[in-house]
Amino acid sequence: MEKMSRVTTALSSNAISGRTMFCHLDAPANAISVCRDATQVVVAGRNIFKIYALEEEQFVEKLNLRVGRKPSLNFSCADVMWHQMEENLLATAATNGAVVTWNLGKPSRNKQDQLFTEHKRTVNKVCFHPTEVYMLLSGSQDGFMKCFDLRKKESVSTFSGQSESVRDVQFSMKDYFTFAASFENGNVQLWDIRRPDRYERMFTAHTGPVFCCDWHPDDRGWLATGGRDKMVKVWDMTTNRAKEIYCVQTIASVARVKWRPERKFHLATCSMMVDHNIYVWDIRRPFIPFATFEEHKDVTTGIVWRHQHDPHFLLSGSKDSTLYQHMFKDATRPVDKANPEGLCFGLFGDLAFAAKESLISSDANRKPYPGGDRRYPIFFFKKPDQTEQFAHVSSALSVFETDLDSNRMDWFVKTAQLYLLSGKPFAELCDHNAKVARELKRPQVSTTWTMLRIMFSDPANLTTPGPNHNLSKLGTLPLMNSFSMKEMGSGMGTESRLERSKGESRQDNIHLEPGNMHISNNNEENEETEGSEGQAEYMFGDAELDDDDLYSMEHDNQTEEQEYTLPQEAFQLRHEIMDNPSAPEHLQQDKADSPHVSGNEAEVTCLTPIESFSLISISQPLFSPHLPASFFCPIVREMLSYYAEQGDVQMAVSVLIVLGDRIRKEIDDLTQEHWYMSYIDLLQRFELWNVSNEVIKLSTCSAITCLNQASTTLHINCSNCKRPMSNKGWICDRCHQCASVCAVCHHVVKGLFVWCQGCSHGGHLEHIMNWLKSSTHCPAGCGHLCEYT
Amino acid sequence: MRHAVGPAENVENNSFAVSGLFKICTHCERLSKKDLGVRIPRPLGNGPSRFIPEKEILQVSKVDARTQAIIEDAFAALGRLDNISLVMGFHPQYLESFLRTQHYLLQMDGPLSLHYRHYIGIMAAARHQCSYLVNLHVNDFLQVGGDPKWLNGLDEAPQKLQQLGELNKILAHRPWLLTKEHIERLLKAEEHSWSLAELIHAVVLLTHYHSLASFTFGCGITPEIHCDGGHTFRPPSLSQYCVCDIANGNGHANHHDDLLGNQEVCGEVEVLMERMKQLQECRDDEEASQEEMATRFEREKTESMLVVTAEDEECVPSRDISRHFEDPSYGYKDFSRRGEHVPTFRVQDYSWEDHGFSLVNRLYPDVGQMLDEKFQMAYNLTYNTMATHKDVDTSMLRRAIWNYIHCMFGIRYDDYDYGEINQLLDRSFKIYIKTMVCSPEKTTKRMYESFWRQFQHSEKVHVNLLLMEARMQAELLYALRAITRYMT
Repeated sequence: MEKMSRVTTALSSNAISGRTMFCHLDAPANAISVCRDATQVVVAGRNIFKIYALEEEQFVEKLNLRVGRKPSLNFSCADVMWHQMEENLLATAATNGAVVTWNLGKPSRNKQDQLFTEHKRTVNKVCFHPTEVYMLLSGSQDGFMKCFDLRKKESVSTFSGQSESVRDVQFSMKDYFTFAASFENGNVQLWDIRRPDRYERMFTAHTGPVFCCDWHPDDRGWLATGGRDKMVKVWDMTTNRAKEIYCVQTIASVARVKWRPERKFHLATCSMMVDHNIYVWDIRRPFIPFATFEEHKDVTTGIVWRHQHDPHFLLSGSKDSTLYQHMFKDATRPVDKANPEGLCFGLFGDLAFAAKESLISSDANRKPYPGGDRRYPIFFFKKPDQTEQFAHVSSALSVFETDLDSNRMDWFVKTAQLYLLSGKPFAELCDHNAKVARELKRPQVSTTWTMLRIMFSDPANLTTPGPNHNLSKLGTLPLMNSFSMKEMGSGMGTESRLERSKGESRQDNIHLEPGNMHISNNNEENEETEGSEGQAEYMFGDAELDDDDLYSMEHDNQTEEQEYTLPQEAFQLRHEIMDNPSAPEHLQQDKADSPHVSGNEAEVTCLTPIESFSLISISQPLFSPHLPASFFCPIVREMLSYYAEQGDVQMAVSVLIVLGDRIRKEIDDLTQEHWYMSYIDLLQRFELWNVSNEVIKLSTCSAITCLNQASTTLHINCSNCKRPMSNKGWICDRCHQCASVCAVCHHVVKGLFVWCQGCSHGGHLEHIMNWLKSSTHCPAGCGHLCEYT
Repeated sequence: MRHAVGPAENVENNSFAVSGLFKICTHCERLSKKDLGVRIPRPLGNGPSRFIPEKEILQVSKVDARTQAIIEDAFAALGRLDNISLVMGFHPQYLESFLRTQHYLLQMDGPLSLHYRHYIGIMAAARHQCSYLVNLHVNDFLQVGGDPKWLNGLDEAPQKLQQLGELNKILAHRPWLLTKEHIERLLKAEEHSWSLAELIHAVVLLTHYHSLASFTFGCGITPEIHCDGGHTFRPPSLSQYCVCDIANGNGHANHHDDLLGNQEVCGEVEVLMERMKQLQECRDDEEASQEEMATRFEREKTESMLVVTAEDEECVPSRDISRHFEDPSYGYKDFSRRGEHVPTFRVQDYSWEDHGFSLVNRLYPDVGQMLDEKFQMAYNLTYNTMATHKDVDTSMLRRAIWNYIHCMFGIRYDDYDYGEINQLLDRSFKIYIKTMVCSPEKTTKRMYESFWRQFQHSEKVHVNLLLMEARMQAELLYALRAITRYMT
C-alpha cells in the first residue's frame, strides 16, 4: 500500500510516460481494467486474476488475487472492473453466475469481499457507477440486470430485459440515473435505475448479438455499440428516437468498443474472432482505421485506455496470454499504406476514378457522380486536425460514363436494322452504311465503308478526281438507280442484261465521256452486275413480289419460274467473272507498276482509317486508272479478319455480303460460314428475325442458305378421313380420295389452293377469284357469302 | 398419405397370377388391369416411423396452411417429402428452419460441388450405419451426376474425400480428440488440400448428417418406399385385407403397447414436475459450494459412462453401408475414461453464439445465420405442455437435456448445476439419450417406449430434435475450435 500511494503521488503531476511494452500472463485474459490514477491494471480470465503495476519500462506483477488451493469457479472471470472512485474496490463477473467484489485493502491474502449469487447464468458484465461508490450493476446470460448496493447483502433492484441474454451494461457518464444494456437479440435498452419495472427506451441496434456498448465520455447523447454483424454504430440518444449517426464496418464481429479520451470522434475496437488487431477509428471516416495495433497473436479480449484524459496509451489483454501497453505513436497507420488513388472499370465500360480532391479540382469538367450509392461517399472531407498527424483527407470520385452508344449493344441492333446489304448499287450501299456507322459514332467502321466504296467502285469514277466530286455525284445516284432497276426488274431479261454487261469491258468505260452522268452511272450499274450486286438486285425484286400478293398471283407461273432460275443465273455470273482472266494479270502488272509503299499505305488504312483517308485520296492519282478492284482483296480480307477478331462479326459479314463476289473467293468457305453463323446467332439473340433472315438469304454459303429451308414443311390432314396426308398434298393415301377439290371446276387442286375461312370451301386461286368477281355466294352452293380481298 | 410413388418396374410376371392369390377389391382390380404388367411395390413399414403409429403422424391432407406451405416448398425443392420431414411435421416451426438449412447446404451456393455434398452426406450417415440416409443420398448423388464408382467405397473416391474420412470418424465418435493438426493435414495436402471454406462446408455437412442419423434411429424412421428395404413386391399374406388397405395403414395397428405400461408408471409426469418445482424453489436455499458444483459435473460425466446401452445385440453393418467407411471398430469411447485425460471444453471460452457463429459466417456466409436460427429454434421450442399438463415451464427440462448431451461430449457450462440432471432425467431416459447420441444404430423400439411413457409422441420427437441439435452443436464446437486454433 505504501508503494502504491507513492506511485500515485508521482503521477499526480500528470506525467504519464512509458513505451510500448508487454508482459506474459500465465493464462488467457478475458478482461482488463485500469485504476483511476492509471498506475495499475487488473487482468482477469478463467485462470488468471492479477494486478500489474505499470512502470516506466515494464509491467510488474503486484498481486495475485487467485488464491486458495483449489480455486473455485468464482475466480473464473468473464469481466472485471476497477472502481473509478475507490481505488481499493474491484468487481468481477464469474462464468458461473456469481458477482464478486474485492477489497484490496483487506489485510488477509484472500481479498474477496462480497459474493452475490443471484444470477442463474453466466454474468457477462459488471459496471460500477461512475460517481456513486456503492452502486454496482451486473448483466447476465439469464436476461436479468441487477443493481447491488455494496453495503447490503443482496441486490436492491432487478431489471428484466424481457428478452435474451444481456451482453453489456454501461452507466451513462453524464446522466446519473441512466444506464444502457445491450442484448443478444440485437436490442439496446435504456433504463432508469429508479424504475426497475420498465425500460425507458428500446431499439434494435444490430442484427445478432450486440456484444458491447460505450457512452461517449464527453458528449452525453452518444452511445457506441458493436455487434456480431461486424458493425460499430454510434447512436444519438438525445432525440426521441435513437438515431444512427455513424456506422463503421469492420471485418469481424466487434467484441469491445471504447471511446478514445480527448478525441471526440475516435474509438477503439477489438474483435471477437479471427481478427487479432485493435483498431482505432475516426468514425467520420468509416472505411479505413485511423490507427491499428497489430501486436497480439490471438484475439484481443480486453481494451482500456490507460487514463481518462490521456489519449496516447492503450492497454490490451488477449487470449494469447499477453498484456500490452500500446503507445499511440507506435501504431500502424493504414492510411499511409492505402492507395491514394483508385481507378476501376465498370461492367459496362464506365470508368471510376478517385483521387485527392486537390489533384482534380482544377478540372472544370468534372462533375460528381449523380445518384451514387450513399454508402460510397462522393466527397469526404475532414478538417485538418492540428494535434494529430492524420493526413488531410478529401477525395473525389469521378465516374466517367462511356458513351451509351458505344458501350451497349444498342449500336449492334441499330446497325443491323439500318444497314443496307442489297437492293442498291454497290457504291450507294457503301455510302449508306458508312452514314449509318457515322451516325452511331463508329468512325472507324464508317471510314472502312467509304474506303471500300473507293476501292471497289467503278474505276471510271476516278477520272473525276477528288472525293468531293464523288460525294456530290452520289447525291444524285438514288434516282438513277431506282429508274434503272425498275427497268431491269420488269422489262429486261436477265440474259440480255448479262450480255450487255459482258460486252462492256472496262476499257470501254473509260472511253465514255466522263461528263455524262447518266452513262457513267449506267456503267457503274453494269459493273455491279459483274459482282454479286446483280444477284442481290434480283433478290430485292423477289422481296417486292412477295410483298404484293396481287402481283404474285397475277403472274403466278412466271414468278415461280423466275425464282427457280435465279440461282442458275448467279452461277453463271460467277462463271463469267471467273472466266475473265484479265483481272489477276492486271493485278500483277499494277503491282509491278506501283511501288510497294502503296500496299502498305492501304494496309494502314484498314487499321487507322481516319488518318489514312487523306493519304488514300491523295494517292489515288498515283494508281493507274486501270487498277482493278481485286488488287485490294488481300487487304480487305485482312480487314475482315481483323473485324471478326475484334468481335465485330457484324462488320465482317456485312462487308462480305455487300462486296459479294468481289471478295468471296478470297476467304475460305469455312471462315465465311463461321462468320455467318456467329452473326446470325447474334441477330437471333437480339430477336432481329428479319435481319437474320435477310442475311441468310443473301449469304452464298450453302450451309447458311439451307438454314432457311429447314422446317418449312406444312402438314395437312385429309379433309375426308382427318388423317395426315403424308405423300402428296392432294390425294389421301388412306381413303384414296382427293382432298382438295376446286369448288368451281371440281378438279383436284395441285397448286395454290384458296379457301374461305367462313365456309371452308375453296379451289383454284384463279377460279375462285373469277367466281367471286361475278358472284357473292360460295361456289359450292352452301349459301355462305364469301369475299375475296 | 402416400406421397412417393415407387418406381414402376416392368416384369415379365403377369399380374393375373398375382391377383389370383389373394383377394383384391374392385377398385384395385380396376387399377391393376389398367397398369397391365406393372407391379406396384408395397411399402414394408407402416408409416414413416416404426415407433410411432402412423395415425398419429400428421396427415398431409389435414395440415394447416402454414405447414402445408412448408411441405409444398420441401416437395418442390426435392421432389419428395421424406419420412424425416413427416415425423418432424409434429413441429412445423422447426421443420421449416430445418428444411431451409438442409436445402441451403445441399442445393444452394457453396464452395463444394453438388455431388461432393451428397457424398459427404453418405460418408457421415454411413459412420452410423444409417442405411436410410445412405440410400437417400446415394440416389441424390447419382442424380447430380456423381461417379457411381465412388459408391464402391471410400477407396474409389478422390484422394481429397478420402482424407476427410479421418475427420468424419473422429467427429462422429470422439470429437474431443480433434486437434488443429487434423485440420492442418486437410488444409495442407498439396493438390488434394481443402480450402477453409470447403472445410467448413464439409464440417457442417458431416455434423448435420451425424446428428440426423441420430434422429433417424431415435425416431425409428422407416425406409423410403423407393429405397432398399422400403418396399416389397411380395403380396401380403393376410387375406382379409386388400393391398390398398395395408398400404393406407388400415392394417393391424399395434394398439396393445399403449396399454401396457400405463398402470405402473402413472404419475411419472407428476413426479417430474414436482421435482422441477422443487429445484426452482430450493435453488436459493441449498447453496452448493463451488467444489461441489465442479464435482457434480465430473460425476455426471462419469455416470454417463456407466449408463451402458442396455441391448448389446451386435448388429453387423450390412455390407452395403459398411463399404462407405473404414475402421468400423472405431466407435464412441466415453469421454471421461481413466487413463487419457482430455481437458474439459468450457463453453464460456468457446461458444457457438460468440465464436462458432462468427467463424462459420465468415467462411460460409448465411449458413451461420441459418444454423443459429435452427439451434435457437430447437432450444427454445416449447408448447408449455407436459403430457396432459398445460402451462408448464419446460425450460429447465430442456436445458437439462441439452447440457446432458454436451456433458457426454465433455462440454461444460460453468453456470449450470449438473445435479439437476440427476433429478430430472431418469435412468431409462438417460439410456435412450446416450444410445441415440453415441451409437444411434443401437436404438431399439423398446428403448423408445421405455422412457417417458406417458408423454405423447410429439413430445418424444421434440426430445429427439433437442438431442439432434445439441449433438450437432457439440460436434461443431469441437471442429470449429480446432479450425480456430489452426487459424491463430
